[in-house]
Amino acid sequence: MHDMSVPAAHHHAPPTSFIRKHVFSLDHKVIGKQYYGLALLAAYVGMGLSWLMRFHLAWNSTAIPGLQFLSASGAPGGVMTPEYYLQLMTMHGTIMVFFVLTTAPFAAFGNYFLPIQVGAEDMPFPRFNMMSFWVTFTAFLVLMSSFFVGDGPTLGGWTQYAPLNAIGAVGGPGQGTGVVLWATSIALFCVGQLLGALNFISTTLDLRVKGMSLMRLPLSAWSWFITSCIGLTAFAVLMPACILVILDHVAGTSFFVASGLVMNDQVLPHSGGSTLLWQHLFWFFGHPEVYIAIVPSMGIVSHILLANQRKQMLSQRVLIYSMGALAVLSYMVYGHHMFVSGMNPFSSLAFSFPTLVITIPSTIIVLIWTFSLYGAKLRINSASLFSLGFISMFVSGGVSGFFLAQPSIDIMLHATYFVVGHFHLVMGVAAMFGIFAGTYFWFPKMTGRMMNETLGKAHFWLSFVGAYCIFMPFHYLGMAGNVRRYSTFTDDFLQPLIPVHRFITIAALITGAAQLIFLFNVIYSRFKGAPAVDNPWEATSLEWSTATPPPFDNFGGKHPIVYHDPYQYGVKSSVGDYVMQTSPEQVETEFEEK
Amino acid sequence: MRTKSILAGVSTLLISSSLIFAGTVSGKVTFTGTPAKPKTIDMSKEPSCAKQHATPLTTESVVTGPNNGLENVVVYVSSGAPDDGQVPAQAVTYEQKGCQYLPHVLPMHVNQELKITNSDQTSHNIHPLAKVNREWNKSQPPGTPPISEKYEKPEFISVKCNVHPWMHGVFAVMSTNHYDLSKGGGAFKLPNLPPGKYTITAWHEDYGTQTADVTITGNETKDVDFTFKAKAY
Amino acid sequence: MAKFFAATIVVIAILSAIPILRHTWTAPEDISTHGALIDEQMSETMAEAGISFLAAQFILAFFVWKFSNRAPDAKLKKFPGGAKGLVIGALLVVGIEVMALGIFGVKAWANVYLDAPSANAMPIQVQAGQFAFYFRYPGPDGKFGGLHPELINEGSQNIFGLDPEHDVDARDDIVAAEMAIPVNKEIHLLMHAKDVGHSFFVRELRVQQDFVPGLDVSLHFTATKIGKYEIVCTQLCGLGHYNMKAYLEVMSQQDFDDWLKKQGQ
Repeated sequence: MHDMSVPAAHHHAPPTSFIRKHVFSLDHKVIGKQYYGLALLAAYVGMGLSWLMRFHLAWNSTAIPGLQFLSASGAPGGVMTPEYYLQLMTMHGTIMVFFVLTTAPFAAFGNYFLPIQVGAEDMPFPRFNMMSFWVTFTAFLVLMSSFFVGDGPTLGGWTQYAPLNAIGAVGGPGQGTGVVLWATSIALFCVGQLLGALNFISTTLDLRVKGMSLMRLPLSAWSWFITSCIGLTAFAVLMPACILVILDHVAGTSFFVASGLVMNDQVLPHSGGSTLLWQHLFWFFGHPEVYIAIVPSMGIVSHILLANQRKQMLSQRVLIYSMGALAVLSYMVYGHHMFVSGMNPFSSLAFSFPTLVITIPSTIIVLIWTFSLYGAKLRINSASLFSLGFISMFVSGGVSGFFLAQPSIDIMLHATYFVVGHFHLVMGVAAMFGIFAGTYFWFPKMTGRMMNETLGKAHFWLSFVGAYCIFMPFHYLGMAGNVRRYSTFTDDFLQPLIPVHRFITIAALITGAAQLIFLFNVIYSRFKGAPAVDNPWEATSLEWSTATPPPFDNFGGKHPIVYHDPYQYGVKSSVGDYVMQTSPEQVETEFEEK
Repeated sequence: MRTKSILAGVSTLLISSSLIFAGTVSGKVTFTGTPAKPKTIDMSKEPSCAKQHATPLTTESVVTGPNNGLENVVVYVSSGAPDDGQVPAQAVTYEQKGCQYLPHVLPMHVNQELKITNSDQTSHNIHPLAKVNREWNKSQPPGTPPISEKYEKPEFISVKCNVHPWMHGVFAVMSTNHYDLSKGGGAFKLPNLPPGKYTITAWHEDYGTQTADVTITGNETKDVDFTFKAKAY
Repeated sequence: MAKFFAATIVVIAILSAIPILRHTWTAPEDISTHGALIDEQMSETMAEAGISFLAAQFILAFFVWKFSNRAPDAKLKKFPGGAKGLVIGALLVVGIEVMALGIFGVKAWANVYLDAPSANAMPIQVQAGQFAFYFRYPGPDGKFGGLHPELINEGSQNIFGLDPEHDVDARDDIVAAEMAIPVNKEIHLLMHAKDVGHSFFVRELRVQQDFVPGLDVSLHFTATKIGKYEIVCTQLCGLGHYNMKAYLEVMSQQDFDDWLKKQGQ
C-alpha cells in the first residue's frame, strides 16, 4: 500500500498577507489561476496580432487607422511595412505556442487540478512552483519588451532559423536586439517549464493518496503527467539552443553561421558554424512541443466527455497507452520538418516512417472517443460541445498529417499554407477547444459560480463554424502552392487566390470577435454568475468531492481515501448513475481497476 | 540722416562688391584608359518596374559622356569657402522610380532635409550604408508619405535597396554648398566664389578622389580639370 | 442542439470535400519527368485521407445525433468488439495504409533525391541572396570561375563575386536574373546561398529544395514543356522574402542557344 506519511516540505501554513495570498503564493491553485490569467492575456494579444496580419494580407496597401502609433517605422501612415508584418507574425506564433498552448492546458489547469485529482494538499516543491510562474511571467515581459526596443521584435518566425537568427542586425530589422530578447525570453520560459515539470512528475508519482493507484488516476492527470515527461526532455534541449544563439550575438561565436557569407557587400566575420544544427536542435524540441500542446487537451477532453456521456470509455488503458505512445514516438519524427532542408535525403525517408506510424495511436484515440459515444447518454452543454468539437477538429487537422508525413508530397506542400492550415487546426483550434472546454467545466469549482450557458453556446457555434471557415481554405491555398510567411502576394500565380484570403480574413475577424463573448462571460460570471454546487456535473473525480472553491489545503484537513476508478458512470448508486472515487459505497459495475 | 545714408551706401557697396568680385571654377572631368562596360540590369523579378524601361537600364557606377567625359563626379570646395555651414532651407529629393534611384548621386548639405519618395507600385526598403553617420533602413510601401531624414556629418554614403539588389546610389553629404555634379562631357561649374584660396575635390564612387588648389582674385573663371584612370574590370 | 451539431458537422465535412472533388484549387500541370509519381502519391493520399476524414466526421455526427437527449431510463450500450476490435482495426487498416503510402512513396522521393544527375546534365549555378535569385552559366569554356565572396558588389552587378581580372575561367561566365533552360534537357542545378537560408520552389517542375548557407546542395530535373514559370523563395529570409522570385523560361534548344548568346554580349 501507499505510504501515508507526507514529507514536511509541503506542509505550509495558510498565508495571511495580500502579497502572499495573491501575488507570491505557494498555493498550486493560485499559481494555476495566475497561469490561466497569463494565458488569457497572451491569447488576446496573440489574437489581436492575427487580426492585423489577416487584414494586411487581404487589403495590402490599405492603411490600418492608428497602427502608426504602435510603430511609426513599422506602419508609416498606417500602412504595414513588410518587416512589420513578419515581426507581428513572429510574435503571434511565439506568444500562441509558448504562452497560450503550453501554458493554459498544462500549467494552468494542471497546476490547479493535478494535486487535487491525486488527493494531495499541494505539490512537493511549492517554492519551485511559485518560481516557475514568475519566471514564465518574466519571460512574457521580456518577449513583449521587444515591441518597444530598438527596431522592434525579431522577424524570423517562431522557428527562428539560422543563420538569419545569428548574424545580427545586418540581417534585417529586429534581428539584433529583437533576437536576443526572443532567445532570452524562451530560455527563461524553458526554465519555468522545467521547474513545473519537476513538480508535476513528483506529484503524480509520490503524492497519490491511499487507494489512488496509477490506473485510478483520471485521464487529465495522466495527460499532465505524460506531458511533463515530454517537457522535461524537450525544454532541456531548447534552452541551450537559445543560449547558443545569444552567444552568437554577444560573444562572437559562430555556432550557427558558416564562413564566407556576405551581407551588404561585406563578408560577415563568422566562420565554422552549421546552418542545419539549429534546425535539428529546434525541431528535436519542436515536435515534442506540439504534443505538449495537444496531450493535456486530450486528457481534459476525455475527462469532460466521460462526465457528459455518463458511461465509461471502451478502454481507459488504451487511451493512456496511446497518449504514452504519442509521447515516445514524438522524439522520432522531428525530421519531418526538415525533409527538404538539405539534410541527407535518406534521413528524410527514415523520419517519414515513424511519422506515418504515429498516426496509429492518434487514430486509436479518436476511435475510442468516438465509439465510446455509441450507446451513451450524451449531455449537451458548453463544455461537452467544445469537447465534441475538439474531436472533429482533431480529425480534420490530423488527416492533413497523412500528406505532410510523406517526403515526396512534402516537396509540393512544404512551406505552403497547407502546413499552416494543418497546425492551426490541431493547435490553434483543437487545443484551444480543450482550453475552452476545461474552462466551462472547471469554472464552477474554481470560482463557485456557473458560466452563462447561452453565451457559452453562442461562443461555441461562432468558434466552431468560424474556425472551419478560416482554416479549411488554408489547405486549398496550400495545394495551389500559396507560399507561407509572405507579407504581400505579388507573384502571378498568387493573384487568383487573393479573394480566398479576403474570405478568410472576414471569417477571422468575426470568429475573433466571438472570443470577446468568452472573455465577457469569464469576467461577468466570476462576479455575477449563478452560484454553483460542489458537483454541478455529477462527476466522479476528487476535485468534485471537496468544497467550492477548494480550501487552502484542498481537502479541509482530511486525507481523502480512494475506493473507485475515476469514471464509474452508468452504475446504480445512492446518488444516481455514478459513484465518486472517494465514496465507500460499493456498486455494481462492469469493470473496475483495483 | 547723413550718417545713415552714408552707412547704407557703404554696405551696399561692400555687399555688391562681394557679388561683383566673385569668381568661378569650372572645368571638365575626364578619364583615361578603357572603362569596364556597363552591365545590363535585369529587373524581371519586378515586372511593374521592368515594363517602365523599354531599353533595360545599365549600371550607373561609371557613366561616361562624349570626349571621354566622366559623369556623376561630385566636384566641391573642400576647404577655403568662407560661407560653409549654411544649411539650405529647401529639401533635396531622392526618388525611387522604375526601381531606380533618381538621381544616382545626390549631393546635399549636412542637416539639409532629405526627402525620399516612392513612385513605384512595389515596396522599397531604402538602406543608406552610412559608416560615420547613423545607419538606418526604412521600408516605404507604395502610397505612403515621403520619408524625411537628414545627416549630421559629411560622408559619401552608398545607398542600396534591401528588396531590389540592383538599386544603387550615393548620398554625398558635405559641409559646403559649393558643389556640382559633372554632366555631359564631364563639365562642372562652381560659381559665386569670393576671392581667396580654395581646394577643389573631385570624388568618383569607383575611381576615387582627386584634389586641386586654386586661387580666385576677382571675377575670373579659373579652369580646373580632373582626369581619372579608368578600371578595366 | 445535439442534432443541429451533428448536422453541422456533416454539412461542414461535405462542403470541405467539394473543392477537392471539383479540383477548384489545385497544383498546376506537371512539366517534369519525375512528377508523375509525386502526383500519384498525392491522389492516393487524398483518397485515403478524404475517406478517413468523411467517415470519422459522419460517424461522430451519427453517434452524437443518436445518443444525445435520451430518456433517463434508456439503456447504455457498448460498441460490439469494444476497444480490442478498434485497436486491431486501427493497427491493421491504418497500419497497412500508412506503410503502403510510405513504401510506394520511396520511389517518388528517390527519383528526385537519391538518383545522381546524368553525366551530360547541363550545369547551372543559382545563387540565392536577399532578395533575388541569380543564375550563372559556365559560358563557352564550359568552366565556372571561382567564387570570391569579398568581391561581391551588387551595385556594379558583380553578384557572384567573380574575378575576371585574374581568373580566366570567370571571364566568359554568363550571369542572368532569369533562368532559361532548353526543354527536354536534364539540368543539374548547383545551389549556393550568399547570406541566409532560402529555398527554390517551382510548382510545375515538382521541385522544392532549401539553400543551406555553408553547404552547396544540388538538384536535377528535366522540363518537358516550353513556357514561362515562376521560381519562388519558400524559406523566410528577411523582409523581402515575399518579393524574392525569378522567372524560369523553358525554351526550345534553338531559342535557348540564342538567348545564351545574347546574354553573353
